[in-house]
Amino acid sequence: MAANQANTGSAASTAELPVSVQPRDGFMLGTFEAMASPCEILIETTDSELARRITRMACNEAKRIEHKYSRYRPDSVISAINNSQGQPVNIDQETLRLLSFANTCYQLSDGMFDITSGVLGKVWHFDGSDRLPDKADIDAVLSLIGWHRVALSPQTVTLPAGMQLDVGGIGKEYAVDCVAALVSEQVPEVSVVVNFGGDIQVSRRRLNDQPWYIGIENPLKEEQGETLVKIYQGGLATSGDARRYLLHNGKRYSHILNPNTGYPIELPPRSVTVAAESCTQAGLLATLAMLQGQNAEGFLTEQGLTHWVYR
Amino acid sequence: MQLKNKGTVATALAGAACALLGSPAAQAEEEMLKDWQFDTAILYYGETDRVSLAEGVINATKTNDDDSIFNVKLVLDTLTGASANGAVAQPYAQTFSRPSGKDGYVVKAGETPLDDTFRDTRVQVSSSWMQPFADTWRATGAVNVSNEYDYMSLGLSGLLEKDLFMRNTTLSAGLSFQFDSIDPVGGTPGALTSMLTPTYIGDDNEEGEDEFEWDDDYEEGDNKTGSESKTTTDLLVGVTQVINRRMLMQFNYGLSVVDGYMTDPYKLLSVVDNAGITQDVVYEGRPDSRTKHSFFVQTKYALDSGVVDVSYRYATDDWEIDSHTIDSRFRFNLGDNNYIQPHLRYYQQSAAEFYRPFLNQADPLPMYASADYRVGEMTAYTLGLKYGHKMENGHEWAVRAEYYQQDPKNAGFDEPGVLADLDLYPSVKAVILQFNYHF
Repeated sequence: MAANQANTGSAASTAELPVSVQPRDGFMLGTFEAMASPCEILIETTDSELARRITRMACNEAKRIEHKYSRYRPDSVISAINNSQGQPVNIDQETLRLLSFANTCYQLSDGMFDITSGVLGKVWHFDGSDRLPDKADIDAVLSLIGWHRVALSPQTVTLPAGMQLDVGGIGKEYAVDCVAALVSEQVPEVSVVVNFGGDIQVSRRRLNDQPWYIGIENPLKEEQGETLVKIYQGGLATSGDARRYLLHNGKRYSHILNPNTGYPIELPPRSVTVAAESCTQAGLLATLAMLQGQNAEGFLTEQGLTHWVYR
Repeated sequence: MQLKNKGTVATALAGAACALLGSPAAQAEEEMLKDWQFDTAILYYGETDRVSLAEGVINATKTNDDDSIFNVKLVLDTLTGASANGAVAQPYAQTFSRPSGKDGYVVKAGETPLDDTFRDTRVQVSSSWMQPFADTWRATGAVNVSNEYDYMSLGLSGLLEKDLFMRNTTLSAGLSFQFDSIDPVGGTPGALTSMLTPTYIGDDNEEGEDEFEWDDDYEEGDNKTGSESKTTTDLLVGVTQVINRRMLMQFNYGLSVVDGYMTDPYKLLSVVDNAGITQDVVYEGRPDSRTKHSFFVQTKYALDSGVVDVSYRYATDDWEIDSHTIDSRFRFNLGDNNYIQPHLRYYQQSAAEFYRPFLNQADPLPMYASADYRVGEMTAYTLGLKYGHKMENGHEWAVRAEYYQQDPKNAGFDEPGVLADLDLYPSVKAVILQFNYHF
């Protein structure tokens, strides 16, 4: 693991990062690609050099987290755990915090949010077709799911052989919050919006208490136009993707899978956006709302959360 | 699926997310932002040769964890100086009695009569609570109390707001009640009754003070009664609409119904003959009901480094005062921590139907009459500049300097005899200086 951390700690050298910075209406917009998503940094300044420095810093941090936690990268921490064959793997403080957070989410959701459930993706293919997986295949995969079987200690994590971790459900939101925290620390006087494909965090309030206006994912975009959200501070995250589903015998199967049954959640919204103090918190709440299916709105209202739900 | 601890999942997650981000500092800042915020201001308003006012304001706001907002505001002001008493200038010196009825004052020939008795301290306390509920609703309740030597005011109000269409539209409806009571110095004079005027004897005393003599049968306050009151009911409905990323618009309609005593007990009218010479001085009298409609539209537009804020208000009432107000502020940000904000305001109103600059002796006495320039035809404008600075510690201060000029106009009244040569509609010029500190 020590070797892994050395590798993942240093991303590509700062100067070569492919970032772009352009002036916009009263702010500078920095853009780059990371985590298979378009990333935007809205910076309340007219200083393009400062904006470039902040965007590079954001890109650097996003790539660091992507390298460290992507299950697709053979040198990532997650790959090291997934390939450990039931042996304990040493983890650093950051990984411990991330897995502890996943543990809290598992407890709070009665097992509905489970970072070991990614293997269900091997049997379900949400390509718009009508092909449902065999019950036997689902049952076989279900035996490899269950966060409660993972042993987490302050220094190590032990994953039973055959099981897989996938922190994709929280990684992007976590990266957004890390970037926002870094910006707050390095340039505390500048208001910055970190927006990784709709997962958003504001580093601090704008001068003069103006809101930031941000377009959010809206599956009905073509009929209703983009939904514009006013945000002063805090985080925003969206769960859902209308394009990923299966149709079988007239029934629509969503890509939101129930790790307890191995089958899709019934009647989930097409998209849920939640506002909360941090992007990570908002992202989890959006996912938990999705898992509530028909009761998503009820759940969000009960929690007293500002939200936008599309069906 | 049944989630554990319904209603507290969000709270539990907030704590977990904080632990994940290992950022107690960020949390602390969030806490601080949601804590008390204070605005303090001192203001000076001074009219040339007339009233001056000094005011101090402390405004404290607390945002709670559920986004409800508690606000309390304390205003203290002191007013000194002179104010036009409503009588017309004359080519000779005039003598008036003070409201107390115990003393008098002399106005020089050709000068607009000003009563320099005004000296008052006002204390106002107001408080409000805004509570969001059911995700897209907000309710606000407010109370205010204000007290000065001869005046007391009590108010209660409520406002309900609802967000619609992804929070791009906000509908609002409000209702407020205000009770005001006035206990004029020396009592409440009857409408259009004569003011009992003393005779000026001179200032040949030790202190060099003006001395006055009253008729033998004069009894202090015998033409006056006790305190009076009025009630005001206001209804407001409005729409606020986000037009796009840069633009916001607001439309309001307001209905205001006032019942009770609206006369200014300290204002007078001159009764003149054909030559324009004052024969009598009477107290003014105004109707005891007033219904006012107002329409308001405002646009705020965000520039690359600033904000344009323009509003227009039209108001009309059954006293026949119609007014137009155009108010505009342009904020220009100078870098990240400074801004300047020019302010331009124009106001125009028509005269109330009972407005009379003076009364003609030959005409029958009307039921209501007032020579108060504030209910007469006038235009007014304000020119101002504000500069604001945000300090390293996040506190903000601002200074504002404004010039205000009010130009009363003749609403079509003939000026008989000597009045034609006198300035019956003098302009009022004032400066406003304000210093704000926000922390």
